[in-house]
Amino acid sequence: MSAVLIAILVLLSLAVVFGLVLGFAAVKFKVEGNPIVDQIDDLLPQTQCGQCGHPGCRPYAEAIANGEQINKCPPGGQSTIEALADLLDVEAVPLDAEHGEESIKTVAYIREDECIGCTKCIQACPVDAILGAAKQMHTVIVSECTGCDLCVEPCPVDCIDMLPIETTLNNWKWTPPVPGIELIATDTGRTITHASNKEGTPS
Amino acid sequence: MSKIFAFHGGIHPPENKKQSTRAPIRLAPIPEQLTIPIQQHIGAPAKPCVQVGEQVLKGQMIAEAQGRISVSIHASSSGTITDISPQAVPHPSGLEAPCIRIKTDGQDQWAPHQGLADYRSLPQLELIDYIRNHGIAGMGGAGFPTDVKLHLGDDHIVNTLIINAAECEPYITADDMLIRERAEQIVGGIEIINYLLNPTHILIGIEDNKAHAIRVLEDALRHTELNIDIVVVPTKYPSGGEKQLVRLLTGVEVPSGRIPADVGIVCQNIGTVAAINQAVFHGTPLISRIVTVTGGAAGKPQNLEALIGTPISDLLETAQVNHKTLSRLVMGGPMMGFTIEDDAIPIIKTSNCIIAAVKEEMPPAPPSQACIRCGLCEQACPAELLPQQLFWFSKSREFEKAKHHNLFDCIECGACSYVCPSNIPLVQYYRFAKNEIRAEEAEQRKSDQARQRFEARQARLEQAVLDKEIRRKERAEQAAKTQAAKKASNETAAKTPEDNIKQLKTAAAITRTKLKKALSALEVAKADSSDNIAQLDLQYKQADHAAEEAQKALELAQSGPQVPTTSAAPDIKQLKTQAAVARTKLKKAQQALKIAEDKGHDGADTLRATVVQLEEKSAAAQLAFASAETSTASSGSPLLALKESTDKALGTLKKAEAALETAIANNSPAAEKMKAGVVKLKAKYTEALAAQKSAELNTQTTSAPKATEVPAQNVEQQPTARTPADLKALKQNVSIMRTKLKKAETLFASAEADSEQAGELQQEIVRLTQLHKDAKAQLDAEEAGKIKAAAAQGIDLKKLKIDAALARAAVTKLERSIKKAQEAESAELNALQNELLAAQQQATQFNNTLSQFE
Amino acid sequence: MALIRITSPHVHKPTSTAGIMRLVILATLPGILAMTFFFGWGTLINIIWASALAVTFEALCIKARHRPLSFYLKDNSAILTAVLIALALPPFAPWWLTAIAVFVAIVIAKQLYGGIGQNPFNPAMVAYALVLISFPVEMTRWTAPFMLYGEGWNILAFTDTLSLIFGSWAEHADAFTSATPLDEMRHRGGLTTEEAWRASDVLANVGAWHAVSAAYAMGGVLLLYKKIFSWHTPAAFLLSLGGIATFFYIISPDTYADPFFHLTVGGTMLGAFFIATDPVSSATSNKGKIWFGIGIGCLIYIIRTWGNYPDAVAFSILLMNLAAPFIDQYTQPRAYGHKAPKRGMKGKA
Repeated sequence: MSAVLIAILVLLSLAVVFGLVLGFAAVKFKVEGNPIVDQIDDLLPQTQCGQCGHPGCRPYAEAIANGEQINKCPPGGQSTIEALADLLDVEAVPLDAEHGEESIKTVAYIREDECIGCTKCIQACPVDAILGAAKQMHTVIVSECTGCDLCVEPCPVDCIDMLPIETTLNNWKWTPPVPGIELIATDTGRTITHASNKEGTPS
Repeated sequence: MSKIFAFHGGIHPPENKKQSTRAPIRLAPIPEQLTIPIQQHIGAPAKPCVQVGEQVLKGQMIAEAQGRISVSIHASSSGTITDISPQAVPHPSGLEAPCIRIKTDGQDQWAPHQGLADYRSLPQLELIDYIRNHGIAGMGGAGFPTDVKLHLGDDHIVNTLIINAAECEPYITADDMLIRERAEQIVGGIEIINYLLNPTHILIGIEDNKAHAIRVLEDALRHTELNIDIVVVPTKYPSGGEKQLVRLLTGVEVPSGRIPADVGIVCQNIGTVAAINQAVFHGTPLISRIVTVTGGAAGKPQNLEALIGTPISDLLETAQVNHKTLSRLVMGGPMMGFTIEDDAIPIIKTSNCIIAAVKEEMPPAPPSQACIRCGLCEQACPAELLPQQLFWFSKSREFEKAKHHNLFDCIECGACSYVCPSNIPLVQYYRFAKNEIRAEEAEQRKSDQARQRFEARQARLEQAVLDKEIRRKERAEQAAKTQAAKKASNETAAKTPEDNIKQLKTAAAITRTKLKKALSALEVAKADSSDNIAQLDLQYKQADHAAEEAQKALELAQSGPQVPTTSAAPDIKQLKTQAAVARTKLKKAQQALKIAEDKGHDGADTLRATVVQLEEKSAAAQLAFASAETSTASSGSPLLALKESTDKALGTLKKAEAALETAIANNSPAAEKMKAGVVKLKAKYTEALAAQKSAELNTQTTSAPKATEVPAQNVEQQPTARTPADLKALKQNVSIMRTKLKKAETLFASAEADSEQAGELQQEIVRLTQLHKDAKAQLDAEEAGKIKAAAAQGIDLKKLKIDAALARAAVTKLERSIKKAQEAESAELNALQNELLAAQQQATQFNNTLSQFE
Repeated sequence: MALIRITSPHVHKPTSTAGIMRLVILATLPGILAMTFFFGWGTLINIIWASALAVTFEALCIKARHRPLSFYLKDNSAILTAVLIALALPPFAPWWLTAIAVFVAIVIAKQLYGGIGQNPFNPAMVAYALVLISFPVEMTRWTAPFMLYGEGWNILAFTDTLSLIFGSWAEHADAFTSATPLDEMRHRGGLTTEEAWRASDVLANVGAWHAVSAAYAMGGVLLLYKKIFSWHTPAAFLLSLGGIATFFYIISPDTYADPFFHLTVGGTMLGAFFIATDPVSSATSNKGKIWFGIGIGCLIYIIRTWGNYPDAVAFSILLMNLAAPFIDQYTQPRAYGHKAPKRGMKGKA
């Protein structure tokens, strides 16, 4: 009888001790982690375009944190999906075409002599990248434009174009070397993408 | 002789230098057309300061430096500016960049220029500026503005100056030939740099394959007092790399991500040194350079002194390049240069070599094989990196890991690619990875900025909504206040002849006192937590009501005569709604009060107060509405109003009587007083009745005098149309006054201490203030006049413009939908087309009128 | 004028993977000659047989993986693997043993991992280890050096060797088989080394083994001179093996074999110059190569002396292949302009 009692006591005291230790550790070594929403938000491209069906990047980040699919961001494209998959430790899925397709980066351009100064695009711009006043010509601050194209629809005179970002000497990039013969199938017709997809990381 | 410290790695590619050193440096012919890029250096592009069509002389500045890191650009020969537009420039991308094009006149006429007689008499900063204005940028590789390197500020102490004459790349002999033929220029240049930097020792690094140049240089150095060491380094690529040369000559390593100046060392290319010499002693800006034109396809490989902006095709012709055998055109050396596709590309300040290669000497790279990790690249890497690891990471796009393996310490010298047995284009992988990393970083910065802007905007919008709410409240309060004030003023200002008003007034006053008493009774009862609170409350309310009715009656009587002139028909609707709103509000408040009272709530009092207020408001609104209605109905007669007021007075009286009865029944202490009130009300009622009657008589005689509207347009014609010059003068006047005033004020402030002048000054200030005010007023008047004058036309114009634009947009939209319809073979096509036609017509109409107007 | 845009550099050193492989094969020639001289035609026949098999297997695999055939076959890597396997196997190894070994090396150890440059283990050693474990009898039956039989150079005739390898092994086996010196040393029972030297015929003829080792070393020095590999791996390998052997020999000469014996018998020299230096599966940086070599040397001595297998070159190299990525992470060289080398994957300084 006493043996059972001793055992129970010992176990209880152990439980108490470890409980205290764990509790202490939880308080003492509390990690002030970056909330997951912030981390997700950091990965999103911040175009605030709403193509995901949320009114901005942060709401989408919150939605992802609550279990929404990660493949609804066309401006971010596959690389964003991969980064998100990496962060959330989930499978990277292809971009959901329903929300649009990944396209080349563009900026808005206002054909200024056609602008009537209605300020509708200014109100639509999520990042305040359009400059102008009522009945004055508007213009886009190119360096601030995220290319979300939210300003195109409201324009009553259709004077906003989305132009691809021009390649200049400053933003020109070296292309990746063409994959060597090591990667190309004997039947080259079988698309290079296939080969490059198959190409794994080195051992 | 200094000690030599070896660096890791390096390779020994075939030199191929002998071919181009046989002939002396020759002047290249002046081309017909010079194409001078406005950015030939690292940093901000220079800003063109000439116009198309302008005549320029040789050496004349055509683009000036802007920003700290920038150099100016000069015309290489005399002629006419034909174009400032994007042209193909020497860059691996083959892209176009803004260039100034000059059609040369063949005269090669110099702009007046003169060297500095004694540069030592000039302060160092001025000398540096002089060098900057003469367009000197590094001529070795990257083209870093030389003045920046010479002006390091006080935070860098320079103890070693290294002159880079290593010229380690195969084929290139431009520096070699420069030393052989113009060593005295180099010595002069070194002396100038020595004056600017004052280093403790000066080293010239030169590879041991330039024996001739070394001899010449040694001879030249005998004529200088400076202690300059020539350090002959073994021939090994890339010993001419800045970091490698620093290590070779000093044993010091430039820390990663830093510049040599951070360890007290400044490197200058030997060509740049000579250019500094020419600029300082002769005043000639950097408008030409020595270019090695060589390669298997060149019939006469040699060094040419070419004007900046000379198209390469001219140089190829001079070197008798055989275009049939030419397979690859490389600008720069074979290790780090880039191929060019267009031989119209011009020579720039950093172009040291053009290789016209035949297929045998630069065969197309065989397809790359798999990396077998042989490690040859690692043995060759002068930066001691692990090239194959970097290759794997770059290839699999693991850029983070590549960065950790010091990717950004790679100098892209090409040694690894050179030795790779599997022919892997390693350097291209690194360049690609570096570009991607930089682009990613830029993207990240941009998205952070976008986030910030988005959040700022959100915050601003929210704040705007809040502000609006606050302003709305304020306005409501303001309106209530003004209304109250109006009421008060109405009360005092109304001087109607009718006597009954006075009586009504007293009646109202009496009911008010009654009300007050009832209230105090209620309060006392409440304080005693008496039983009959509810009854008292009821009494109070009734009294309140009575008082109000009386007040209204009074007001009505007062405003009655004025109604016809002030109120207009459309007001009635508004008033009606107002009255309805007030009623509902009142009801709600009453309900709330009841509930509160039932529960004996604390807030009952305040609620009660609101109810009272609301009652008042409601009544007022109702009244206003009614009076407006009647006034319109009776087309200006106060009769109806009076009638109503008598009715109301009657109602009040009745109610007061009822209240009195209940009060008596409840043995209320206020009953006595209420009785008196009732009596008085009765009297009032009779009087009101009398007033009504008399008014009825009056109606026949009163006519409705209508106020004539003053033509407002006359006002607009008033301002005299003065000339704009006047306006300007006025403006100036104002600003002058303002400045004077300010000055006087500051003087006054300083003079206040010794008070003698203070009085005077103060007077002066007063005078000036007046003057300023006058001037300002004048100006304002002028401007207002102008704006008004413009408005008459301007509004039309703008509207027209907008209409035109809208019409145009409609046309484009229709066109688009037609296209869609066509694609879909829709039946609506015809209708759409018709619509389009109409829209087009409209648009043209608008456009026509617009053009007429404009 | 059709000009092309290509990234720099525009000139290349005229080296090629195929050339390197060819040079390594050539460097094995002294060893092949010595083996033939002392152990007969078997080695040569094995090399040819193995090479033919290797090329066949390689071609089939490349075909199956849809890669350009001639481009890959030309790199000579399959032949080099085959030669190394043939040199490591007993000279009279039956044909099927060689076939299995080559199959394992080319198909499993190399192509299944992604072909040339991608294999984490040295294919030849994977094959050797596999057949050593699976067929211990065949693998431990070496022949004695032919010097044993009579006067002068007297090896088995070529045709006899052929029939021996491709015919029925069992019929003739006993006539030629003999243990290797390492076997003798291991299974000497209670004898001291001194007694073993005196008692064993095999050990008496150890000179043949020394000669073969010397031949391998010659080839190795040639490669070193040609800068095909750096000195780090072989030097660290041999010095550490020699050092440990010396240490124990000094402690107890009766129990432990002398360092010279360790360095010159078995696969030591072949391993040091031809296997451990295989760049694909070894450590990358110079410092890493030194650690890699030391690891192999130590493991060889440990397994030879206290383990179950007489020779341990294959196992040691395979074990160190396994450790190579780890070594790489902690032996990154200090890059120019950096104070300290980075360590580990995250590159902490």
